[in-house]
Amino acid sequence: MAAIDITSARKSYGSVDVLHGVDLAIGDGEFVVLVGPSGCGKSTLLRMIAGLEEITSGEIAIGGRRVNDLPPKDRDIAMVFQSYALYPHMTVAENMSYSLKLRRTPKERITAAITVAAAKLGLDQLTERRPKALSGGQRQRVAMGRAIVRNPKAFLFDEPLSNLDARLREQMRVEIKKLHKDLGATSIYVTHDQIEAMTLADRIVAMNGGVVQQVGSPLDLYDRPANLFVAGFIGSPAMNMIPAIYRLVDGTGVAAVAGGHHLPLAGPFSIPDGTAVVIGVRPEHVTVSPPGSGGLRTAVDLVEPTGFGSILHLGPFGQPVKAFTLDRALGRNGAAVDVTFDPAQLHVFTEADGRRMDPAA
Amino acid sequence: MRRNPVLTVLHRLAIGLYIAFALFPLYWLLKVSVTPNDLLYSEGVRMWPSRTSFEHYAFVIANSEFPRFFLNSFIVSGSTAVIVTLVAAVAGYALSRFAFRGKYWITALMLLTQMFPLVMLIAPMFKILSPLGLTNSLTGLIVVYTAFNVPFATFLMQSFFDGIPRDLEEAAMIDGATRFVAFRQIILPLTLPGIAATLGFVFTAAWSELLFALMLISGNAAATFPVGLLSFVSKFSVDFGQMMAAGILALIPAALFFLLIQRYLVQGLTAGAVKG
Amino acid sequence: MTALVASRRRPFLQRLAQASEPWLYTAPALILIVAVMLVPLVLGVSYAFRDIKLLNPFSGGFVGLKHFEALATDQAFRTALVNTLWWTGASVLIQFVFGLILALLLNQPFRGRAVAQALCFLPWAVPSFLTGLDWAWLFNPVIGPLPHWFVALGLMETPQSILSDPDLAMWGPIAANVWWGIPFFAITLLAALQAIPKDLYEAAAIDGAGPIERFRSITLPFLAPTIAITILLRTVWISNFADLIVVMTNGGPADRTQIVASYIFTTAFRRLDFGYASAIALVLLVLLLTYSMLIVLLRQSFLKRG
Repeated sequence: MAAIDITSARKSYGSVDVLHGVDLAIGDGEFVVLVGPSGCGKSTLLRMIAGLEEITSGEIAIGGRRVNDLPPKDRDIAMVFQSYALYPHMTVAENMSYSLKLRRTPKERITAAITVAAAKLGLDQLTERRPKALSGGQRQRVAMGRAIVRNPKAFLFDEPLSNLDARLREQMRVEIKKLHKDLGATSIYVTHDQIEAMTLADRIVAMNGGVVQQVGSPLDLYDRPANLFVAGFIGSPAMNMIPAIYRLVDGTGVAAVAGGHHLPLAGPFSIPDGTAVVIGVRPEHVTVSPPGSGGLRTAVDLVEPTGFGSILHLGPFGQPVKAFTLDRALGRNGAAVDVTFDPAQLHVFTEADGRRMDPAA
Repeated sequence: MRRNPVLTVLHRLAIGLYIAFALFPLYWLLKVSVTPNDLLYSEGVRMWPSRTSFEHYAFVIANSEFPRFFLNSFIVSGSTAVIVTLVAAVAGYALSRFAFRGKYWITALMLLTQMFPLVMLIAPMFKILSPLGLTNSLTGLIVVYTAFNVPFATFLMQSFFDGIPRDLEEAAMIDGATRFVAFRQIILPLTLPGIAATLGFVFTAAWSELLFALMLISGNAAATFPVGLLSFVSKFSVDFGQMMAAGILALIPAALFFLLIQRYLVQGLTAGAVKG
Repeated sequence: MTALVASRRRPFLQRLAQASEPWLYTAPALILIVAVMLVPLVLGVSYAFRDIKLLNPFSGGFVGLKHFEALATDQAFRTALVNTLWWTGASVLIQFVFGLILALLLNQPFRGRAVAQALCFLPWAVPSFLTGLDWAWLFNPVIGPLPHWFVALGLMETPQSILSDPDLAMWGPIAANVWWGIPFFAITLLAALQAIPKDLYEAAAIDGAGPIERFRSITLPFLAPTIAITILLRTVWISNFADLIVVMTNGGPADRTQIVASYIFTTAFRRLDFGYASAIALVLLVLLLTYSMLIVLLRQSFLKRG
């Protein structure tokens, strides 16, 4: 096990910059998820840690040792690929033991390691099969097994679950989390799926356009997104974004939205009166109640029942706003409802650079 | 989709006709080669002779120089196939796996060699090889055939390597392999069918080559099969039975390799046709 | 201190090793191609301007454009040029038409398709010299059936070889070439056919397109790039392909089957006049390059318009 330190790591292909200087310190045994849309540089960063991509500038250290110029084989890391990358001409056991053989581990030790890993992953009956004869989920397990038999300094996962169907993905997510609890290994996990990121991570690194947008615990990112990108990327259904003008009225901040409505905010902000802002509010924080309860009157345009609750598409002040409610009775097309916003749950971002603003204390 | 039975019959008929057209010349070769000499002219146009014999084969194998031509051809084609496949595998791997500045120019150069008439090289080649003592020598033929076949074989191998996911060797390198070990233990075993196909293509091409062999080889000692057969034609122009027996013998290795690579023909030629 | 120097030097050496790796791998292929193909090519171009006769020890001098002047009045060369057009045009056209038909036939699923496909492609595996000999024998009235069939069909009065008839001789090598070359077209086109997504046909059928309309609006456009490139490559290749002619007729009777490629070979191989042979070869090369450029330009302007 080892800590991984990344210091102003940059990557460019010719004149195209893919990664603009990433700083990240990953603690020993930590589970870090790199999340972001495709093309954000998360996979490139992972491959740089693995040694599969050259580092244009900056430094990567594993366990305190600079690895910039080490080939992958000398970095002592294991990686699970999106395609699993199982060797098609080898059996499950041979796939899992390949790395140990290359390290000239004694035969008995190899056999023992494989037996343990196969049992842990429920592959005991399959060790003599070829990858072709396995289901998608089983292949995924073999890929995991190949990583854990080695007891490496760190595990790298490159979108390992994206080729599985939804149910299997959920199941494997739990298994990966359990494995991490058991082994306590430093893990870096790349995904574009924010639910995977939320459920697995000790810490999430949200990336966009080759720049780290925010680093923090999953709930940190959910509750206090640092900018519009993180706010929009984390959470499903996605946060509502309402353009507004910041006004200072009677010593407190309000957001003036379309239709002349004012939404009270949690306090005064240190921005000038009249600044263009974007108000973010998560659907579950849009309180919907039967008409006459007070608040903004609006109509339900569309209902998306999820079973657990309903997502209502509303149009207060002429803006599409989604609300999540557990009250099925409210979820009828065309029904009139009243909407209120809790000032404490309104996120304020400047329109100019999308940064989060907090109330002046 | 349901098909019109008349169309189905026409379709099978057309296929059958083409197969007959494709096989008839070979059938005729076989037929004459097993016709005894005394029936050769009297039953010249019969579909099958009233009596068959293997006397021509026996003569060709026991009393002619064909066994030597056969051996020469085998040495030349076999060596060429092995060397070309090795060279092309390494070059094809580089073209498939590395992004480097010269790649475009190498590809262009190889394409160029596929465009210009090889017959242009006959005279200069003779001039170059003769002071080196490589005319009238199997080594000279091997060198020439190897160079001729490397470009196409490289494109072929490149397309086979392209078909193997990069992830596999990256996984191997993370598992602790050097690039070379990953190539040998992971990529190479998976490319075996492609290697077999390339071997087959090159062997057949070298086995068939005529013009350079005629130019560079004189005399029987280093003659390959085509050269030997052609000189046989002019020397014993009446002995059709023996010539056709020799022809059938020359066909066997080519046909065997054809069976070997048949499966990859569509795949391989597509790669070659699109790129080369 | 030494450790510091080492850590600074290694990346440089490593980078050098990394940069040279692809060159190392391609080196054997490149050396072979340059030494055995490019060097003789350049040498051959120089021969075109020199007097090089193998049996004449005093030859070797620079003669300027003498060979080309001789070429301009060389009746045999002019015949060979015309014959090359005939030989190439007829061979490519017939091979293409039957290759396309065969590919379409083989693209239909039926029982025993794999075997049928192997048999149909078999001629392609036959060595070219054997193909030539085999067809020469088929045309031979003593040993082959074809002249007798022609007589039976009323095409000929007495069984004789078309290879010795000046008016018909060219059709002998062309027939052999067609037999030998159809599989190449069929294989290439079959691969292209199999790459057409099946749901396109289903969508077209649902939209009400009949079989002919489907062929016209889906199959042909999809095949067009393959057809274009295959015809281009084959045209160049066949115009250089002298084996069948050398084996079957040696250019005769009376140069009626001599194509440029076989004329080069004969000039070099029989007359041992390397200088003149290289001059003809250079003209052929220029003609072929012009042809290829023309096709590429045509295709580009066509693509731009489309």
